[in-house]
Amino acid sequence: MTTAVLYTIISLSGLGAIAAIILYVVAQKFKVYEDPRIDQVEEALPAANCGGCGYPGCRAFAEAIVKSDDLSQFYCPVGGNDTMQDVARILGQEIEEQQPLVAVVRCHGTYQHRAVTNVYDGPATCAIESTLYGGETGCHYGCLGKGDCVEACDFEAIFMNEDTGLPYVVDDNCTACGACVTACPNDIIELRKKNKKDRKIYISCVNQDKGAVARKVCQVACIGCGKCVKVCPFDAITMENNLAYIHADKCKLCRKCVEECPTNAILEVGFPPRRKKKEDGDKESVKTENKEKN
Amino acid sequence: MLKTFPRGGVHPAENKFTADKAIEKPGLPKQVIIPIAQHIGAPATPVVKKKDQVKAGDLLAEGQGFVSANIHSSVSGTVAKIDQVIDSTGFRRPCVIINVEGDEWADGIDTSPDLITDFSLSSEEIQKKVLASGIVGLGGGTFPSHVKLSVPEGKQLDTLVINGVECEPYLTCDHRVMLERAEEMLVGVKLLMKGQGVDKALIGIENNKADAIAHLEHLTKDDPSIEIYGLKVKYPQGGEKQLIKALLDREVPSGGLPLDVGVVVHNVSTALAVYEAIQKNKPLVDRVVTVTGNSLSNPTNLLVRIGTPVKDLIEAAGGLPEDTGKVVNGGPMMGKALKTLDAPVVKGTSGILVIPEKQARREAEAHCIRCARCVDACPMGLEPYLLKPLAEMERYEELEENAVLDCMECGSCSFTCPARLPLLDYIRLGKSHVNQIIRNRKQK
Repeated sequence: MTTAVLYTIISLSGLGAIAAIILYVVAQKFKVYEDPRIDQVEEALPAANCGGCGYPGCRAFAEAIVKSDDLSQFYCPVGGNDTMQDVARILGQEIEEQQPLVAVVRCHGTYQHRAVTNVYDGPATCAIESTLYGGETGCHYGCLGKGDCVEACDFEAIFMNEDTGLPYVVDDNCTACGACVTACPNDIIELRKKNKKDRKIYISCVNQDKGAVARKVCQVACIGCGKCVKVCPFDAITMENNLAYIHADKCKLCRKCVEECPTNAILEVGFPPRRKKKEDGDKESVKTENKEKN
Repeated sequence: MLKTFPRGGVHPAENKFTADKAIEKPGLPKQVIIPIAQHIGAPATPVVKKKDQVKAGDLLAEGQGFVSANIHSSVSGTVAKIDQVIDSTGFRRPCVIINVEGDEWADGIDTSPDLITDFSLSSEEIQKKVLASGIVGLGGGTFPSHVKLSVPEGKQLDTLVINGVECEPYLTCDHRVMLERAEEMLVGVKLLMKGQGVDKALIGIENNKADAIAHLEHLTKDDPSIEIYGLKVKYPQGGEKQLIKALLDREVPSGGLPLDVGVVVHNVSTALAVYEAIQKNKPLVDRVVTVTGNSLSNPTNLLVRIGTPVKDLIEAAGGLPEDTGKVVNGGPMMGKALKTLDAPVVKGTSGILVIPEKQARREAEAHCIRCARCVDACPMGLEPYLLKPLAEMERYEELEENAVLDCMECGSCSFTCPARLPLLDYIRLGKSHVNQIIRNRKQK
């Protein structure tokens, strides 16, 4: 009895020892060297796996950046400059600070401004609505309002406003990963430079129709009149296909164009109220609005 | 035993209550809007400008490249402007707008009703004439007909199939053409046979048009080259692949053309247009349109000029009923709702269908219960229940593997789904993405 137990223990231990030796030899033979910095870089990244950097996940980004000598073409929009500095430190290189970006919805065709001309009752996704019909309003450039951008966002940074039917961006949450930009079939959403105090000036319209047609379908459409182009002291505004565009790198946020625009297609966000003279003007416009209501 | 295609298909309610209404000619509209893109392929380029005087039959826009078609003026008058107008696609697209003045036809166009049977033209001449006349497939596909007539080298054709199936519910325009203009249409068939270089033509007609079958059989009893076949009623028999399978029992390979099995398919209305182009020198400027709907007071078949606003047609059919929910360009299965009644009739408009509010709305979606009715219904042997989630999840490689491009968008899957899932909407979305991917791949 005891001998049987003894033999079993000896033979099994022997087998175990042989297997261990074989495994050790094989492991040494087929050893794959992996740069330990990849793990370190991955550790420093935000682990959002959003794909905003252009790579399929944070691990792939880390592998690519460790392999590359030039850090300037890499940027993690979620982590921003702080993360990139950490990564540069791990790799022992310098990296330039990049201007942070934020998503901007370039359509202001709210229910009030843009009349609904017909009803779309198909699947509630902008992608299908845009390919099959031109949307529910006369403007087939603008926001379709089915919220594909909201669906695409991983950071709770874009939501639908039920009152206007348009999405709005929560600037503090937006990481500029670009998921909403890709999701939007009408290319309304743009990543723009993030200014101090989240101030922005942008043309809130993408309608390329002629002025009369655009104005007819939406009260706040860009009609391509060119007034803003003339008034801009910094040559920051260009006009193409009946549509103005403000180049963020040239714009100094002087707000002259906002005053000039006849259809209020240029939006200013995050600025303090204007000086007295302008306040009077605002009051006047409020008055006329009230009159219209009466 | 009547022939039909073996795989899939559905039986929607026929509702062909305009079948016994003779083709009427309504008065000319005050203004016509003629889109320069009414066909598959490159849009035509306008050759007229504002304030030009045109006569009916004059060239308005020239086709660009091989797969494209000429556009002719359907009326006489003055070009008011060339502008972007919302057409039957729902999008703003360039159109030539003509203010109608009188009804003069361009020189050389024979507008008399006399039957001419002159077969002296060679097949090249027929092809050139069809190209010049801007003829496209009038069944709704609007594929330029001259492309079908020019058979590439190495392909052998033996049979011409004429599509008189008209499987879409409600529509009766082809039916009326076969009854009222059969002699002319048969001359067109003969010309097409000569143009294609074949000596045999089969005309497939669904059995619900017994009068048309009898009429055509009577007219062709002394002509062995044209055979008339009655077919069992089943949607979508008018799809060319289904029709070829039903008539000849030949299977067009996946991604292939009827040409690959030695067949070419033309619609009966196209045959009539070919007759008019060659014997009467008249380009494609008008077509028969069925204006129908359960709520219309006077549903009818109209011979209308291309570019007539849809609202004029509805006026001619008794006016728009108050409870209208949708007005569809085409039939209920494959047609598309119009965004505005100012949209014009185009070459591909076979019907205008007015649907009451109650029937127009989609019902609420439920969940897929894996009943596989869509698989049974699909005439192309696809699995719509699988394709929809793949498109939804953007898994385009798998969509391509599952032959999503074979889908001809007949809508049988959505029609048959007990959970009322928008299967076709997602499949279309997937198709457009897969097509884009393939185009990108080819460019590389």
